[in-house]
Parts: sequence; C-alpha cells; structure tokens
Amino acid sequence: MGSQGGRARNWADGRGEGNMSLNYSTPEFIIERNNDRCIDCRVCVTQCANEAHIYDEEEDKVVSDDMKCINCHRCVVFCPTRALSVRKHPLEYRENASWSGHDINTIYKQAASGGILLAGMGTGKKYPIYWDHLLLNASQVTNPSIDPLREPMELKTFLGRKPETLKIENGRLAEKLPPQLELEVPIMFAAMSFGSISLNAHKSLARAAEEVGSFFNTGEGGLHRELSGYGKNTIVQVASGRFGVHSEYLNAGAAIEIKIGQGAKPGIGGHLPGEKVGPEVSLTRMIPLGSDAISPAPHHDIYSIEDLRQLIFSLKEATNYEKPVSVKIAAVHNVAAIASGIVRAGADIVTIDGFRGGSGATPLRTRDSVGIPIETALAAVDSRLRQEGIRNQASLVVSGSIRNSSDVVKAVALGADAVNIGTAALIALGCHMCQKCYTGKCNWGIATQDPNLTKRLNPDIGARRAANLLRAWGHEIKELIGGMGINALESLRGNRLMLRGIGLNEKELKILGIKAAGE
Amino acid sequence: MNFKWQVNIMEKKYPRIPSGCAISGIMNKKGERFSGTDIMKSIALMHDRSNGLGGGFAAYGIYPEYSDHYALHVFYESLSNRVSAEEFINEHFNVDTSEMIHTRKVKGISNPPLIWRYFVQPKKNKLHSSELTEEEYVVRCIMRINSSYEGCYIFSSGKNMGAFKGVGYPEDIGEFYRLEEYKGYLWTAHGRFPTNTPGWWGGAHPFTLLDWSIVHNGEISSYHANARFLEMFGYKCTLQTDTEVITYIFDFLMRKNGLPVELAVSTIAAPLWKEIERMDEDRKELIKALRTVYSSLLINGPFSIILGTRNGIVALNDRIKLRNMVAATKGDFLYVASEESGIREICPNPENVWVPKAGEPVIGLMEGVKEI
Amino acid sequence: MKRVYAKEEACVGCRLCEVHCIVAHSKYPDNIIKAFRKGNRPAARVFVEENKPVSFALQCRHCEDAPCTRACITGAMHRDYHSGAVINDEERCVGCWTCIIACPYGAIRRDESGKKVAAKCDLCSAKEGEPACVANCPNDALVFEERQ
Repeated sequence: MGSQGGRARNWADGRGEGNMSLNYSTPEFIIERNNDRCIDCRVCVTQCANEAHIYDEEEDKVVSDDMKCINCHRCVVFCPTRALSVRKHPLEYRENASWSGHDINTIYKQAASGGILLAGMGTGKKYPIYWDHLLLNASQVTNPSIDPLREPMELKTFLGRKPETLKIENGRLAEKLPPQLELEVPIMFAAMSFGSISLNAHKSLARAAEEVGSFFNTGEGGLHRELSGYGKNTIVQVASGRFGVHSEYLNAGAAIEIKIGQGAKPGIGGHLPGEKVGPEVSLTRMIPLGSDAISPAPHHDIYSIEDLRQLIFSLKEATNYEKPVSVKIAAVHNVAAIASGIVRAGADIVTIDGFRGGSGATPLRTRDSVGIPIETALAAVDSRLRQEGIRNQASLVVSGSIRNSSDVVKAVALGADAVNIGTAALIALGCHMCQKCYTGKCNWGIATQDPNLTKRLNPDIGARRAANLLRAWGHEIKELIGGMGINALESLRGNRLMLRGIGLNEKELKILGIKAAGE
Repeated sequence: MNFKWQVNIMEKKYPRIPSGCAISGIMNKKGERFSGTDIMKSIALMHDRSNGLGGGFAAYGIYPEYSDHYALHVFYESLSNRVSAEEFINEHFNVDTSEMIHTRKVKGISNPPLIWRYFVQPKKNKLHSSELTEEEYVVRCIMRINSSYEGCYIFSSGKNMGAFKGVGYPEDIGEFYRLEEYKGYLWTAHGRFPTNTPGWWGGAHPFTLLDWSIVHNGEISSYHANARFLEMFGYKCTLQTDTEVITYIFDFLMRKNGLPVELAVSTIAAPLWKEIERMDEDRKELIKALRTVYSSLLINGPFSIILGTRNGIVALNDRIKLRNMVAATKGDFLYVASEESGIREICPNPENVWVPKAGEPVIGLMEGVKEI
Repeated sequence: MKRVYAKEEACVGCRLCEVHCIVAHSKYPDNIIKAFRKGNRPAARVFVEENKPVSFALQCRHCEDAPCTRACITGAMHRDYHSGAVINDEERCVGCWTCIIACPYGAIRRDESGKKVAAKCDLCSAKEGEPACVANCPNDALVFEERQ
C-alpha cells in the first residue's frame, strides 16, 4: 500500500534506500544458526516477515540474511531445536568517544533518504531511572507487617473528581458523587490506538481489563465495532486528529481522555504510516485506505487552557456528565503548572506520560531528547496540586516506563492514584522490544495490520497473559504494602515517608520530596 | 489561605517518632467531677507500657469559672520566647488571666520548660476582619504560633478543659502538675514508649486542638498520606506525630465537614470492601462515598485511641485490631484502657467488661448530649 | 469422541505441528534432532494448508462412517473399538493407496520412508494426553476436544 493521503512524507521509511548504487548500511545483528542442531524444518522461514531466513531449494538448506534481521526473537522462540540465536553484530567502527556507531549509522540513513528518522517504543538512551533510586520501607517491631495470604488487603482505587465534602442527610448520601472509575488494581492499559496495534491486541487488552477490573484505552484511533461490548472497561480517547470520534464513540466507554501529548513525542501528534491503514483501520478511523494518519501537533481548537476547558465541557455535555474526563499530557519542563491549569479547567483525571514512554512511531530525535522523567514530573505535580489545595479535585495517573509492581508502588507513594502500562502490556502479549513497530511488520502480530501477522496474536492467549500480568502485579503490590503495615492502597498514596532515595543529590531529593536512605 | 509547605522546615526540629504506649480514659456521663487521682492510678499500673519519655493527661470540666474562655497552655523555652509570643497573643486575643501553671518538684522530672496558662477570647475586630468562624480563627492563631514562633508551643486550647503533659513517666507527670487538685468529669491519660527520644515536652500526648484531645497507642503506617492530605486544608503537621494527625483528622471530618462521629469512625477505620458489599444499598452507597472521597484519611496500621471532647469520648481500634483495648462500665462511669488491669485497679468490680471489635467504636456521650 | 480441530483464525502457518508429528511417529519421539537426522524420517500425518492469509492444519477427521475403512483391501484400515479412532495397521497395509483415493479430505498420505504404507493421523494413540500436534501448537490453533 502506498501513501494515498496526498500528504508528502518527511520521514525516512526505508523506501528508496535499496535503489542506491551503494548502501552504506551494515547489519545490526548476526543470526547464529547452529548447524549441528538445525533440522532444516523451515519453521523460521515461515515466521520471519522480514525474510531474514530463506530456504535454498537447490541445497535443501535453510540460510539466513543478517542484513534483514531486526532481532525480534520470533525465529529463536519458534525454533524447535533451539538452533538459532541472534547477537549484536560484532562489526565496529574505529573507536571514537564523540561518534558512536549509532550516530554514524543514522547519518547514513538520512543521507540515503533525506527524511526524519522514525523509531518505535520508548527511548533507549541511558537517562537515569529514578524508580531504581527509590527504596521502599517495611515494618519491623513497632508496627506489624501485614500478611496478604492471611489478612485482607485492598487495592481498590477510584479515579475521578472528589468533592471537598459529602452531603449527607438522614444517614443517606444526599448528593451523588461525580462519576468515578472503579479499579480493582491500580494499573490500567495505556492508550494504544487501533492502527498502531492490531485488533487482536485491542481485544486482548479489553478482555483482560474486563476480567481483572481495570480499563483499556482506545488510543486515538477510534473503537472497532467488535469491541463495543467492553464499554464499561473502556476509556475512549480524543486526540488532535479526531480519528473515529463521533457521539456514539464518546458514549461507548466509561471515561473520555483528551490526548494533548505523549511522553515519547511531546509537542507533536500521532504518526500512523499508511502501511498500517488497512480496511478495518480505515473504517474505524474514518480515513482513506492506505493513507498516512498524521495527527496535528496541537488540537486546532485548543490553543490555550481556556480552550481546553471548553473541550472538556463539550465532551461532558455530549455524555451527560456521566463520564469522567481525563486529560493526558507529556511530562515537560513546566508540567506542574500545566497540570494545575488542567485541574482548574475541569479535568477529572490528569494523565502524565513520562519521557521514557512508548510509541508505535515517533521521530527518533524527539523521542530521545524531549521531556522529563515521569518520577520527577509526578512528584512535582502532586506537590504542586497539594500546595494549591486541589489535589483531590482530580486523580493523577502516570505512565512512561512502569516496568514492574515495585515501580507501581513507588509511583503511588510519590502521589499517583494509578498507573498506565503500555510497553509492559505489549510485552505480556509477546512483544520482544525489537522497536520496529512503525514498519508494520511486527512478527508478534501486535504492532501490525497485516492479516498474515495479526493472527499470530491469539486474543484468547493474549487476554489471559495480560490479565495474568495485572493479577501478578496485584499480588506483589499486596506483598509490598503489607510489608509496610498497610492494608489498603489509599494509605500509601502520597505517603512519601515510605520512600528513601539512594544515589540522589540534594536537589533531586527535594524535587522528589523524599529523604535519603539512612535519614 | 496560605499554602506554605511546612514539613521541610519543621522536620529538623521535631523528627518523626514512632512509639508504643498505654492509654486510659474515665468519664462520668452525669458530669460529676472527680479528681485526677483515679486516672493517675490507672495509668501508673500500666507503667511497663511506657519508658519514661512521655506522659500526659487531658481533663474536661476543670475550669468552670472560665467556661467561655479558651484556656491556652503554653510551653516556653525561655523568657524571651514568652515575650515575643505574648505580643502575638495580646494582638489577637483579649487575655483575661495570664499565669504560670502550678507545679511541684518531682524526682523523675527534670528540666521542665516554662509552663504558662492564659484564659483568652478572640479580639472581636480581628475576628470579624478575618472572616473566619471563631473556632477557625483560634485554630489558625495556634497553628501560626506553633509553626512560626521559636521556642514556643501551645499544647492545649479548649474551653473548660486542659492538657497536662511532659517528658517522664505519666504518674510523675501527674504529680508534677498536681492533678489531684483538679476536678473534672472526663479524664484521659497516656504513657509513652517512643523508640527514640526527642526530649521535648510538646511531643508528649495527649495532643489537643480546641476541645479535642487524643491519646493514642500505635504507629500508623498511613501517616504521611494522612498528613499531606490535611495540609491541603491548612493544617500544619509540625509535630510529625501520629497523634497530631489523628486529632486533625477528627477535627477535619467532624468540625469542618460536619460528619457525625459514626461516619468519621467509618472513614478512619473504614470497613473492608467485602463488608461494604454486604450492606444495604443506601448504606453501601454512603460508605463507598466516604471511602472514595476521604480515602486519604483512612488510618492504616495499628492504633487504639481515645478521643475526648466536652461531650464525651470515642475509643477506637484500627480496622484489623492490631492493638489491645478494653472497655468497662459501672454506674455512670465508662472506662477504657489498654489493659483490663488498668480498669480494675480503680474499679475492681465493673458491671460490664468487653473487648471492642476492630474498627468498632466505643462511644460515651454525656447525658443530654446527642452528638460528640 | 475427542478429535483434533483447527482454528484457522489462530493458525500462524509455522508448521511446528508437522515437525512434531514427524518426531512423534519416528523412532526417536523424545529427540527431535535424531528423529530428523537418523535413518528414514517418517512422513507427517498433519499438513498445513495455506492460501495466505488463511492457513490451518489438516489431519484425519476420524469419520463416523469412514470411507477409507470400507475401501481398504486388507482390512488394515479400521476403527479402533475402544477409542473410536480410525487407525491403519501398518503391518497389514500393503500400500495400495486405495484409501488415499477414498478419503474425501486428502488426509492420508503415502509414506515410503520404510515399508510402503498409508500414513495417517492416529491421534498419537500410543501416547497419553494430547496429540503431539496439539501439544506443540504455539498459538492454540489446534484443540483436542469432544464436540457434538
């Protein structure tokens, strides 16, 4: 499928690179085939969408082309004799502290294509991961730790605007609460659009959310008609492209999220290459088949905070004030003030996506150098909203490389109400982090719309695995908070005394609002 | 409102100290006044539950002649601290009486601060221009002094009641303050077992705010979640103690938000979700709303507390009963203590003795009073 | 009776079912490399039919009234009294291929790796549990179950 949208692409998509007389690129990976173990069964050939494995009929032998390998591990996992392995290619440039191989290779790519470099998933640069500099507390002697195997342990979480006081008359609630999302675990699936990921991936997440009592988020690509039954566990997203947005859609979920920004690409809109716009995506997004779906960088009806307020209330009007409205932003330098404005603009939930957050397709340079870490953004926003006395007016959801249950616990202790997981959820579905989502050739059937590939993700299996992940993390969260002597998650929320910093400087400790280990 | 972020300044001064404890409370529901001798005997019996680093009492009905005045009990480090604080007090209040609290020398008590008492009423013009309720005005003034004035701490501020506390065993503290000379209808007491020493008198229990007093045994694991929520509403958790926070929670829920005591208790020691599921629809909706809106005020971790007010007491255990507490009645008297022996020491043959369930409050109301 | 059913929407066309079928019917059912490398490799009794993106694994349907059993000239092809599975007794099979012509599904193949015999799915009757193809399908595209 070509680009039929009539809009010129400005990114390097690989097309044309092969036509050059001399391509300077060299293989990134080396496929190691142990010929003592290979039985030439050709399973690897059937599974590689990049055609890195070829069956040579004349020789009756399976051979490999390193150049085409993207290290997705599909062949390695499928090889019945464990004959395959993939390694980083040993080829090195002459050592130079200023110019890494990556720096040089990206120049070759751009010299060949003349376009912006695209990347998939979150940044791989070695920025500090503050989660790994936070340590959790546990009870000893003065306060008993609580054993989740023997005592009740509660993780139930409500997201939405909380009134300052409750109106109670004659022992009954006199005024209903504003709409709330009820979560059995404080973990939701992050917004990932149908288009960037497959329908089977959406089905898996929707079913898992329903099974565990959480939410999946449509992302900006609309809601496929087959998923209409999962409404009470769905958050529908409205982004700048407004793909697939209509009144039925707005009313289809339990909440609406306005996407302003995304951690992997603050300041720009979504990118969906035309390769991934098949008939179903086209129908759901209401865009032409095969056209690139490039969301505008800003919402063109939101140039200011007061415009945001109008959109928030337009959406509330459209849904009869029955659904909480979330506003999702990327963690940027001034995030605390922005979040405060969003709460005052009427958002019920503020979702903040840190700069390590994932993406199906994002300009490499934006991904690798724009935004701030979610840990510092979360701490700053939570503190700011409390200083202004408005923290209870909106719930705070954070995302951007939540890797495990202790990251969740640390996020809650810093002040988050819940977290979103995107990358972790996809890994549960089988993603092996090859980071080539934007090519549309995901060998695991996740970030693709190719019908040969999407069927590789069986939604029965996917739903089970995604639900298992939430359950497993739920168990671990219970263990961790039980150790602190806490039996309901709300008592950890913003409880920063349960954290200590290690290897952090004074300024970082101050921003995070925590003490140093030993203090 | 002033949204000053307080914790970082005060932390250095008053580190957060977990502690174990003994508590005891006695009330006469008819309002008959009796001396502090009984409560001192009860808390003295539970000597081993304290370690000499803190003890204190709250007494209600002790200042009938000043029942319209706020009785401020104040610790001063030095005379100069008193001068600067009194400047503020005189500016904001009409001071009826200003006196040193009578104490006696006791062997176990060393280096007491200057302990002063004022009977005051807010200055009318100041109160009006503040546009606050009288109680809120008094609270703000106290918070101001306690957070901003060096070497000065108001540890009691109710009407017709007072707290008496310090560093030492509770029975020595009682002797020091000559509590046998006071007569009240409701007494609570506290013996402290902190796991490190502040050597600071303000850190002892009870903790009070206006008429509210709290004695507390336990170490709450939700401390910072509770404190940071309260700070949004102007409370300054300067002491870093659980007791201070528990007092503010009751104050916030009952005084500021007008919740009846039962619902305040259902917030603090909230029923488990599986219990809520079994409630009838109206009740379920109400309790669910409490846990949703005031989730940050759930007190987690072990505690047994006695909340005293002019209208009675509320004794409460945490939601999974991680601390001991016994209650008993005889005639017009209600007794609550950490151990049954603490009750039998002063009331050998109670009519009823029971162990309150987790999260189930013991509410003792004065006669003729509907709400705590 | 329990039969193997294919879910074409989940079949990824990897042909691992074929590989494991070969192994299960070889002389080395526990050693995949030897099964492929030592001596004569038996024919697979399950075949992935593919017309992209559609693919599914096909094997004997174990028909109630199996045409192959009626076509067999030696009585080698028979229904197992206990399991109900249609089994070819390879000792008695003479390799005449009449059954192959009779089978409406094309589920019987010639196996000339040793003595000429008709090779077909026997539901791995020698083994407990699921047939090898079902047990090794990576995407649950084959199920072994009782259906009406």
